Amino acid sequence: MIPLDWYLTLGFFLFAIGVAGVLVRRNIIMVLLSIELILNSANITFVAYSNYHQSINGQMMVFFIMTMAAAEVALGLALVIALFRTRSTLNVDQINLMKW
Amino acid sequence: MAAQLLFFYFGGVTIAGAIVAVTSRNIVYSALSLLVAFIHIAGIYVLLNAEFIAAVQILVYAGAILVLYLFVLMLFNPSEEKLYLHKQAKVGIFLGVVVLFMMLFAGYKTEIIGKGGPLTAQAVKEMGHTRVIGNALFTDYLFPFEVASLILLVAMFGAIVLAGRGVHRKKGPAGRIDLSYRDKLPKKSSETPEEVIVGR
Repeated sequence: MIPLDWYLTLGFFLFAIGVAGVLVRRNIIMVLLSIELILNSANITFVAYSNYHQSINGQMMVFFIMTMAAAEVALGLALVIALFRTRSTLNVDQINLMKW
Repeated sequence: MAAQLLFFYFGGVTIAGAIVAVTSRNIVYSALSLLVAFIHIAGIYVLLNAEFIAAVQILVYAGAILVLYLFVLMLFNPSEEKLYLHKQAKVGIFLGVVVLFMMLFAGYKTEIIGKGGPLTAQAVKEMGHTRVIGNALFTDYLFPFEVASLILLVAMFGAIVLAGRGVHRKKGPAGRIDLSYRDKLPKKSSETPEEVIVGR
């Protein structure tokens, strides 16, 4: 039997890697991909708790997180395409039009 | 023992794929290593007796989301970037480590105080995982299910409106400019508009 802590540790490591990826990378598509990593770490934690708590509710939450991730990817990539059309860059340092 | 070995395999490859995805210079390699990580997360779900979630993980994440990312990456003609990290990259890594230790602390100090539900591994195995999910989805979670369908519909409309044709395009290297409007214009207009509407 695998203890619950192992799954939690895996989820936490994925979350930390995702947070570091959001903060470190310059390319806006890599920022979106790191957000996917963060969502997956949440999914692992939900499923682990759901299994060890003998309840289905956590897995339903995973379902809705996946729905939200699909919607977020479609909208985010559409925004990236619109941004590239107008600004011709994917670098988040150069997207500073609203910076005061 | 075999389950623990499988956990180490799946978890190790997941972490390695995530690290390669975040640190790789080539963004296509990043997407592909993230694909490897997502497929191995499906293996973690199988170890947790959640077979249906594992199938959905492979279908939705590895099949749909990552392929969408790869399609968009191919549009942008990706190349290896010299400056792919921020100047404050060290601060970002430090903050990631801080977040990791905070979450480890919170996770190990938390005890589950609620009562366990009726769905033991044996019960799920007898009913079938897909049936358990379906029972919950169409009774207790019927309203969130409908809201999720609405969210997907709105996201589809939004993606079409944002990225589709018929939007205002400026002159630039990325957009193709349709000049056929000139034939239809009356001759008196002298200045050329910078921004044209490409017809549907």
